[in-house]
Amino acid sequence: MVVADLPYWAATLIKTGVILAVIPAAALTLGYVFLMKTMAHMQSRLGPMEPGGFHGWFQLIGDGIKFIQKEDIIPEQADRAIFAMAPAVVLISTFLLFVVIPAGPDLVAENLQTGVFFALAVSSLSVIGVLMAGWASANKYSLLGGLRAAGQLIAYELPLVLAVVGVVMQAGTLSLQGIVEFQQHGKIFGWGGIGLPLIITQFVGFVLFIAASQAELTQAPFDMPLAESELVAGYTTEYTGFRFLFFYMAETATAFALAAIAATLFLGGWAVPWVHGTVANILGPFILAAKVMVVAFLIYWIRFTYPRFREDQLQAFAWKFLIPISLANILVTAVFKVVF
Amino acid sequence: MVAQNVVFGILAAVMVISAWKVVTTKNVVRAVLYLVVVLAGAGAQYLLLAQEFIFVVQVIVYIGAIVVLFLFGTMLTRAPIGRDVRLDNDQRWLAALTSLFLLGVLIAVLSNAFGDTHVNATSVQRTADVANSMFGPYLVPFEVVSVLLLAALVGAIAIARRD
Repeated sequence: MVVADLPYWAATLIKTGVILAVIPAAALTLGYVFLMKTMAHMQSRLGPMEPGGFHGWFQLIGDGIKFIQKEDIIPEQADRAIFAMAPAVVLISTFLLFVVIPAGPDLVAENLQTGVFFALAVSSLSVIGVLMAGWASANKYSLLGGLRAAGQLIAYELPLVLAVVGVVMQAGTLSLQGIVEFQQHGKIFGWGGIGLPLIITQFVGFVLFIAASQAELTQAPFDMPLAESELVAGYTTEYTGFRFLFFYMAETATAFALAAIAATLFLGGWAVPWVHGTVANILGPFILAAKVMVVAFLIYWIRFTYPRFREDQLQAFAWKFLIPISLANILVTAVFKVVF
Repeated sequence: MVAQNVVFGILAAVMVISAWKVVTTKNVVRAVLYLVVVLAGAGAQYLLLAQEFIFVVQVIVYIGAIVVLFLFGTMLTRAPIGRDVRLDNDQRWLAALTSLFLLGVLIAVLSNAFGDTHVNATSVQRTADVANSMFGPYLVPFEVVSVLLLAALVGAIAIARRD
């Protein structure tokens, strides 16, 4: 790999630049394909299909222009510094998520040994940004939204982590590259035709991971923190223009990152068994992107279809349903690991 | 090696200033947010020592869970924006004395334990080694600690329950 030969500062600069380019690209792709087109089709919303003529291609650009030319308003009573910092904190959490996602044998910003553990840890940082936004807005709806978001993110952090444990136990490594290789070289009863995508053995873990990441993204049916019929717009109520765009971009890019992690853990990531070496470095990003789009479609399909939970239902769902199942999943995986 | 020392100095300075602000700031939420910087700085120091696993644990436990709980608690009870006059009390000297005592104990313990030993910075502790020692020689202490945590949890519920 060329980047590996460069001095440390240059390599870091290039990696940072690539991730900073990937985040808006990921957010725009998901925003365009799912939030606009899929949603328009599923919910018969015809507006986004009109602008610019063919399939409403101009909608996204129009939205971008709208956000940028809006006035930047900070409420008079707000804590200005923290109000301004909050979107950046959320975006930093998203940025750090992308650091460990591998897109090819050599295409990863930092191949950490603790890969998936690191990803789960940094994804929990966004809660601080959300709480900062909710508190600094000096608005009771914002504060309630922030508190709801924090309670929800803490509750669903657990099933998210526990769902991953089954995969980690089976692959025997925390490294995302290691998990990809395990699936690529795995065999189903001695047959190595498609490797061993862990969704086959860890299907329960996959379902738990998708459900929990849906809640981590505060998307419907888990969008209590932003419930517009009760809290105006939750912790984003007082945000306008590009600051709001930051939150929006962070949320969509995090959806992409979590879908990429789900694709890596359960669907084999960048790898398909018959692609190796340099070819894998070139085809890897496209294979990963294809799998991400499949997982993201699942996530958004649920979002567009199901109505919102009530707050107590939401907490009960995490503590009484998802966590016991994920613990049982770990137990069963451990038994199989020891027996076979 | 020089670069590492420079980074250590910068991180240490940021941590000291933030820690100072934690106790001097006039706003309780800002104090918690300065604490985030201190804890993140400690995490970065672990990373500087190539202790990846400890760094991730620091982030997920302290920043992702404990600080969030602090913020959650203060915001649920009383967290006004701006200056808060009721944050101070008359135990400054006692606090200073305790801090100095703690500093003395830490210096004594650390210099006793390590002295002039130079830790090789390139000796990266692999995550697998951490796991092997945790589930090998240290299995019993590890499980005892988790039972202790469980006891604390049950105790907290017992205290919080009204009936």
